[in-house]
Amino acid sequence: MQLKDVKELLRAKVLTGEGLLDREVETCCGSDLMSDVLAFTKRRTLLCTGLTNLQVIRTADMTDLCALVIVRGKIPGGEILEAAAENGLPVLATQHTLFEACGILYQAGIKGCSKKEDDHE
Amino acid sequence: MSENKSVKMEFEVAGGDFERAGEASAKIKRMLQRLGIAADIVRRIAIGTYEAEMNVIIHAGGGKVAAEVFTDATEITVTDAGPGIPDIDKALQEGWSTAPEYARQMGFGAGMGLPNMVKCSDKFDIQSEVGVGTTIRMRFEHISEDL
Repeated sequence: MQLKDVKELLRAKVLTGEGLLDREVETCCGSDLMSDVLAFTKRRTLLCTGLTNLQVIRTADMTDLCALVIVRGKIPGGEILEAAAENGLPVLATQHTLFEACGILYQAGIKGCSKKEDDHE
Repeated sequence: MSENKSVKMEFEVAGGDFERAGEASAKIKRMLQRLGIAADIVRRIAIGTYEAEMNVIIHAGGGKVAAEVFTDATEITVTDAGPGIPDIDKALQEGWSTAPEYARQMGFGAGMGLPNMVKCSDKFDIQSEVGVGTTIRMRFEHISEDL
């Protein structure tokens, strides 16, 4: 699945990274806890989160996430989106809650980041 | 890089400065990318360094983050003159956290930092003395699992 499919499924708005929507999405993580994102995600994971501070962008940078989906209709501040754009990180926004957004993506075939499915560690 | 030479970088990290938190780790990551280190290794180093940098910012009131890149491995040393850790074994347990509420609101303080540093690195060493400070050393071998 590509990011543009995620956009359609979640009826999301693209806040930055319009030109990067052909990125492949294999795994997804839903969390507001950056500690868990740092500990449990794989490379090129899509993160659905309700957190909209600068640490989300930093965490995405450190863990090589493929994109962010901001849930619950929140729109992050301009400096957050600027930092994301600088890092080449697409940011989408959806009205869905975290649970709903994850459910929709899971149903569409995107896998989680659980250790059982992790064949590299 | 020749066999004996290394590339070094060192950053001062200010305590409580969440605006700039992670800048040192991001700069180290860029340097590793420029040096052509494999992406999966860069990711492990970046995560381990970022966890340590966040700990310094949250718990220690500031410190230093240093990276030394050799041909075969990268070493990260993070030092602070903070309060120190009274019980290191407990601090290494997943879920154990003494982080204040504001850190949790930023998405940190889940008690995964030190365990994640252990997981990401190939060698991990922590020295801590109450009232003196903490030093963490991590070594990452440049052995990529990417095909």
